[in-house]
Amino acid sequence: MSCDLPRTVIHGYLDGELDAVRAADFERHLEQCPECVAQLDAQESLRSALHRAQLYEQAPALLRQSVLAALRPAQPIPISSRLRPAAAQWLAVAAVLLLLLYSAWRLLPGLTGNNNQTILAAQVVDAHLRSLQPGHLTDVLSTDQHTVKPWFDGKLDFAPPVRDFANDGFPLQGGRLDIVNGRTVAALVYARRKHLISVFVWPVPSTEKESSSPRTGSQQGYNWITWPEAGMEFYAVSDAAPSDLVQLQRLLSQ
Amino acid sequence: MGIKCPHGRLYSVSHSAQPKGQDVLNAQDAERFNLLVLPHLDSAFNLARWLVRNRTDAEDVAQESMLRAYRFFRGFHGGDARAWLLQIVRNTCFTWLEKNRPPEPTAEFDEEVHLANSITPEALAIAGNNRDRLSRALESLPPRFREVIVLRELEGCSYREIAVITSIPIGTVMSALSRARHQLQLALLSPAREEAAREL
Repeated sequence: MSCDLPRTVIHGYLDGELDAVRAADFERHLEQCPECVAQLDAQESLRSALHRAQLYEQAPALLRQSVLAALRPAQPIPISSRLRPAAAQWLAVAAVLLLLLYSAWRLLPGLTGNNNQTILAAQVVDAHLRSLQPGHLTDVLSTDQHTVKPWFDGKLDFAPPVRDFANDGFPLQGGRLDIVNGRTVAALVYARRKHLISVFVWPVPSTEKESSSPRTGSQQGYNWITWPEAGMEFYAVSDAAPSDLVQLQRLLSQ
Repeated sequence: MGIKCPHGRLYSVSHSAQPKGQDVLNAQDAERFNLLVLPHLDSAFNLARWLVRNRTDAEDVAQESMLRAYRFFRGFHGGDARAWLLQIVRNTCFTWLEKNRPPEPTAEFDEEVHLANSITPEALAIAGNNRDRLSRALESLPPRFREVIVLRELEGCSYREIAVITSIPIGTVMSALSRARHQLQLALLSPAREEAAREL
């Protein structure tokens, strides 16, 4: 028996690039096509090998300096060197004020939401990657929500919701403490087929992000989704398909 | 998407290359460049490293790409700055490869029939546990296949972003990715063949 489905459909599914209807069609097809199941398994295996190997290479610090140095002569010549001393002093004062304004603007959350989002996503992906090192995945290893939830008591200043979704295809694997953005957060670990999903939870001031909808993205090949819920910020990260993360988000929000 | 990119000009890559007088951005544009483009230096270096397959050369190419991006920044009219930069990086890489390296294989190998049956998740998991082997297998792919794997799996780009960066239609991205992954599996499970590819 040979399957005549175009190979690109498997890849589109793997990459979360099929629309909901075609993805559902493909999942139905999977139920009766061992060939495609084997293909998908092989592709997932290759993908997780690529992610585990961490082949991403960051720019060396020297390159960064060298780029900055090469761009610097392109900036306008400092005005102060062309002006009389008195004017230069006033300009210096103005420059300091500008710098202060700029720092204040950078520190204000919200205005630079996009940038903060990228930094936060990078931290969360890093935390997820660290957890995949042997022995780091869970502090409390249990599929029983009534074991995991009390474990967090006294370790955190908030109570993260702990629920098992084994019946929906997301069995709880355990929990651990992690550090994101300099604060201790709860991390719940769920499995999705062969993938692991870390869900980071921490409390947010109630004024922030009251009714925003989930935001998604990807970083270094890992998908993430974040949403606020009941005064807490949720951040799920995994190499599973984005549609899986959306499904888990819905379960957690019920 | 409002992305414009210069093509085709040959550059002599050197550390002394600096933006010329007429390319100097005003303070506001320079600040925008620093905020929007400079943060993607890691992405630029990573793509260059996998395309030229050597860290030292990648540093030169990434630096040259940054300076090109700076020169042409006025042609950037908003949108995805990373995709815009990576488009410049990959064009700079291919120009560099043309000048500095013998042509690499662009076609697929024709041994698939013999190996297709040995592609199992288990075999891949075992071979994939060896970082060096995985890295060599990736480097053995033709550059056009290598770039889609790097953009998708390492850089996390969507098909749409890959289409923009590589200037190929989205349907072609899908089939290139499918063939590239298949070939990567073959290379991973057949080190001998992979060595042969490097000899070329």
